[in-house]
Amino acid sequence: MLAKIWDQHVIARISDDTDLLHIDRHLLHDLGGSRGLLDLKSRNLPVHNPELTFATPDHAISSAHGRAGTTKVGLELLEELRAETSASGITMFDLDQPGQGIVHVIGPELGLSLPGCLIVCGDSHTCTHGGLGALAFGIGSSELAHVLATQALIQRRPKTMRVKFEGKMSACVTPKDLILALIGHIGAAGGTGYAVEYAGSAIRDMPVEGRLTICNLSIELGAKMGMVAPDEKTYEFVRGRRYAPHGALWDRAVAAWRALPSDADAVFDREVTIDVNTIIPQVTWGISPEHVVGVDGHVPDPQDIEDPVRRTAIETAIDYMGLKAGAPIAGTPVDWVFIGSCTNSRLSDLRAAAAIARGRKVAAGVRAWVVPGSEIVKREAVAEGLDKLFIEAGFEWREPGCSMCLAANGEVVAPGERSVSTSNRNFIGRQGPRARTHLASPAMAAAAAISGAIADVRMMER
Amino acid sequence: MPKAFTKLNAIAAPIMRSNIDTDVIIRIERLVGTSIRGTLGKWAFGSLRYLPDGSENPEFILNREPYRNAEVLITGPNFGCGSSREGAVWSLQESGIRAIIGSGFGDIFFANCFQNGILPIMVDKEIVDGLAMEVEHSQGAGRVAIDLEEQTITSPSGKVHRFEIDPRRRAGLLKGLDEIELTLQRDAEIRAFQAADRKDRPWIHFARDQARDHA
Repeated sequence: MLAKIWDQHVIARISDDTDLLHIDRHLLHDLGGSRGLLDLKSRNLPVHNPELTFATPDHAISSAHGRAGTTKVGLELLEELRAETSASGITMFDLDQPGQGIVHVIGPELGLSLPGCLIVCGDSHTCTHGGLGALAFGIGSSELAHVLATQALIQRRPKTMRVKFEGKMSACVTPKDLILALIGHIGAAGGTGYAVEYAGSAIRDMPVEGRLTICNLSIELGAKMGMVAPDEKTYEFVRGRRYAPHGALWDRAVAAWRALPSDADAVFDREVTIDVNTIIPQVTWGISPEHVVGVDGHVPDPQDIEDPVRRTAIETAIDYMGLKAGAPIAGTPVDWVFIGSCTNSRLSDLRAAAAIARGRKVAAGVRAWVVPGSEIVKREAVAEGLDKLFIEAGFEWREPGCSMCLAANGEVVAPGERSVSTSNRNFIGRQGPRARTHLASPAMAAAAAISGAIADVRMMER
Repeated sequence: MPKAFTKLNAIAAPIMRSNIDTDVIIRIERLVGTSIRGTLGKWAFGSLRYLPDGSENPEFILNREPYRNAEVLITGPNFGCGSSREGAVWSLQESGIRAIIGSGFGDIFFANCFQNGILPIMVDKEIVDGLAMEVEHSQGAGRVAIDLEEQTITSPSGKVHRFEIDPRRRAGLLKGLDEIELTLQRDAEIRAFQAADRKDRPWIHFARDQARDHA
């Protein structure tokens, strides 16, 4: 599938393994979008295809009601994005408009992200869009300017890896648990240099929103791109969305998309198979997504590790996280719960968290936030009454954006405090200086909020 | 416009922990702003460089002599994993780093280095570990020499290691080429591709005003 989509986008061959590729969709956000547009302006270059470029503020805006507390620089970046997109003829989905939200939530939701499409964005979690059968990857500021100026990018063809998730997911096990288990299995560099295709019965059975979550964490595996072959579920998901093709064009597009999946005899540079039947809800204990265990697991004991480099790494992680070597991970008290981010902020994620929160109360001393991924997700959730359900349970219901996933808007977990987060990175200081982050699924996060500690969601299922 | 890179003979600092991510290289709040370039050097590795009270952490290698003047980093596996923030590269560049030697890098970070005239060199872990050991034995006095033309690293004791690099990347660094200018020379090809693709995949291509109508 990688080869098929790749070849369709080759404008010119640069060398044996490197091509100039056409970019179908370019998404801009408030942290780097205006910087790229201003870079072009300073070079006296126009935007090559403003109609293929879309912008929205997500990183630096406050998630508080009325966007209260957006920092001075956050407001400056927002104003700059408004001014520069308007000057270039780029569509921007502004605050409070349907279409605003985390770039990786709005792309699929608006039908901008399509199967077979090549999508880039100045954000590493652009791999998310691969869940629709798109080729999507994150780029830096220089490449972002290159795409604005040329609508093309020079890329070296990656190696290919297929990960087959085979079997049935047990109760309370979610796509987040599958992908965390994979990262634990092959490591945070296991996918470096590869484009990963996720396959197998569990992926075929999985709704599209779950596939987006799986692909979202490809970069935590080291893989810049992750993808799932499009199928009937994909077409049903895309059909009727605002920017998706309609009428006769829809039929033509679907016919083309049906040719995208890998052929039966396709060869991959690496193959991995994961037995889904044995996976239980996962939670990270350390400072890399590969530091992950089942919720019935324990913090590792460095004394059990022979390799001195690995032992030191694990000691550093345990020390940073303020945990005890060998202790069970369940029962670890938490101060914060964050339900949101481009990983887990879609309607199905909020429903899964709500199913655990319903009729219960957030434990004393815990602050729990729900930050929907987009304005549209927010409105759909409100229409179902999820906002009221969360508020009654003691959660804070917030405005859409990236918020506390990376704390770019100043929304931080305080130093030394512990958070269970549905986001994608438990790096040192990710949620704020010296903040301690445990990654988990929305249901596990809700269970932690109610319990006041990392808890096995399977005990709380109704 | 990236600076050219040809040769370097410099102090090298080993930072050997695996999975040093771009959040550790530069914290996000240093990158939120409209004019951040030129301010980032002192914030590179901020969470390692400074203690919670803001003072320098004397144990962090880049706070110690002679490593304070390092222009080369010798790094553990998967250096620069995580976010696409090019600010990670800018902060290293502004703190004086010009080359990074390691056994593996985050893919996006690796590409971002070349865009800024920084040379990331991927070699076997044994070579990385050997270089780190030699540098540590010399307490930083032993310099590491890098020759991009010859594709060699020379260790403090004079061992020469050859490294591989994408020829296009090598040529770009040696001459300090501007990729945008190069690609714009192919604009006729880009436009021809788009014209043909508009027939093959009309659902991809919006009219200039159509995208706005949808909104």
